[in-house]
Amino acid sequence: MSEKLLNWDEVLIGGAIKDPGNSKSYETGSWRVERPVWNPESCIQCMFCWVYCPDSSILVDENGKMSGIDYDHCKGCGICVEQCPTKPKSLAMLLEADAKGKSEEDLRKEVFSK
Amino acid sequence: MGKKVALTGNEAAAHAIRQINPDVVAAFPITPSTPIPQNVAQFIADGEMDTELVTVESEHSAMSACVGAAAAGGRVMTATSANGYALMWEILYIASGSRLPIVMAVAARALSAPLNIHGDHSDIMGGRDTGWIQLIAENSQETYDNLIQAIKIAENKDVMTPALGAFDGFNISHAIEIWELEDDNKVKEFVGEYTPLYPLLNTKEPVTHGAWAPPDWYFEHKMNQLEGLLNAKDVVVKVGKEFGSAFGREYGLYEAYKMDDAEYVIVAMGSVCGTTKDVVDSLRENGVKAGLLKIRLFRPFPYKELADALSSAKAVAVLDRVSPAGAQGGALFTEIRSALYDANSRPPVINYTYGLGGRDTQPQHINSVYDKLKTIAETGKVDKQFDCLNLRGTWG
Ligand code: SF4
Ligand code: SF4
Repeated sequence: MSEKLLNWDEVLIGGAIKDPGNSKSYETGSWRVERPVWNPESCIQCMFCWVYCPDSSILVDENGKMSGIDYDHCKGCGICVEQCPTKPKSLAMLLEADAKGKSEEDLRKEVFSK
Repeated sequence: MGKKVALTGNEAAAHAIRQINPDVVAAFPITPSTPIPQNVAQFIADGEMDTELVTVESEHSAMSACVGAAAAGGRVMTATSANGYALMWEILYIASGSRLPIVMAVAARALSAPLNIHGDHSDIMGGRDTGWIQLIAENSQETYDNLIQAIKIAENKDVMTPALGAFDGFNISHAIEIWELEDDNKVKEFVGEYTPLYPLLNTKEPVTHGAWAPPDWYFEHKMNQLEGLLNAKDVVVKVGKEFGSAFGREYGLYEAYKMDDAEYVIVAMGSVCGTTKDVVDSLRENGVKAGLLKIRLFRPFPYKELADALSSAKAVAVLDRVSPAGAQGGALFTEIRSALYDANSRPPVINYTYGLGGRDTQPQHINSVYDKLKTIAETGKVDKQFDCLNLRGTWG
């Protein structure tokens, strides 16, 4: 978290927040036990995952295409995987512990090359 | 100019709301406060006010609608009693924690079970720590006056905390008394326009209300909230003085009735104070130095000022219209006794529960309390710290 912690007499009254959208600075990704891994090869760009993700963690590029996952905020609920309609699925869950220290590219290969 | 009217306490509350003409009233009917929203609805139908009346499906929804409307930036009022107040519980904390200066009239009533719709303080005393300012009236006049002042107190920039104006169910809510209804325009001028701090509807300055505060923020917000509540004490005095200049009836934190040299003192709040004043008058005629310390502001509790006001007392009896519920005594007793711990005089303090579920309290009962205080002052002995007034059977 990058926010400055304020004293009791510095906070805005009533817990009001004058810079809406500052939940972005709160990195909920650290809560994750499992993470979704994306396979762009089989993805049909239906955007179901983007619609269903409760944490707005499906990244979209300038052309409106699914372009990956925001791991700073994805809580690892797995809803995107449930919703993905391709067979086999273009998203798969992987234990966070098994993903540690590996690049996204390596993880993709590991998960989807079977 | 104001005029004398003969109306009930509920009508006094309704007239205060009519004259304040808040943006929103969201309410659900419950005895004994039902006539308040009912009268407000009539005033709106008759074109005497243009408040948006939200008829909700429960008191939980009533207070929720109040919170939403107040966050949007409106001046908001409501009314309730007893189980309705209890059903609001969760949202009472959200109103105070969000610093929304909602003003609520509470016709104080017993809580079930057993089912009882009559007056006592079980509701407001149970909710004393919900973070609301609590003003308690003795009669219809004070019910009316308190609600008008509550708007100015709650909306003060240093306070920004919701306030309730309580008055005893039935004893006040349904009793017709003669009181002074002030001129509409003078009341409007007194309460003035409300400028909300962070209104949701101001799209030019977007703001978030009701966000969460994790463990590294919550504590700071709660202490910030407490400061607002504590600030209300000075504002209550200031607004009470302003009210005095505008309407001729000045108010403070409490009322000291024949307290200057009082040795035997009853501390109480609500309609029982009227009966107690009569008893004090007749005792004084017989040379007994009796006095009454009437609580007006219960939250924030002005413990220092109240302890000072009791400095001449040789024995004190605190009357609570609520069960002690397992504490050493009733809610008012524990506060007063704690306040007196630091006083030099530290007089003996006893406690009575009275009037539960609308049980009548008559001059003879109040007289028995003063008799007890005299005995305690003379003998220096307290045989019973807690007792009940007008209960069948001997307690303890
Ligand atoms: S796992 Fe849940 S939070 Fe993460 S991207 Fe998928 S739907 Fe969103
Ligand atoms: S749901 Fe599956 S196929 Fe559809 S966009 Fe997301 S990853 Fe691609």
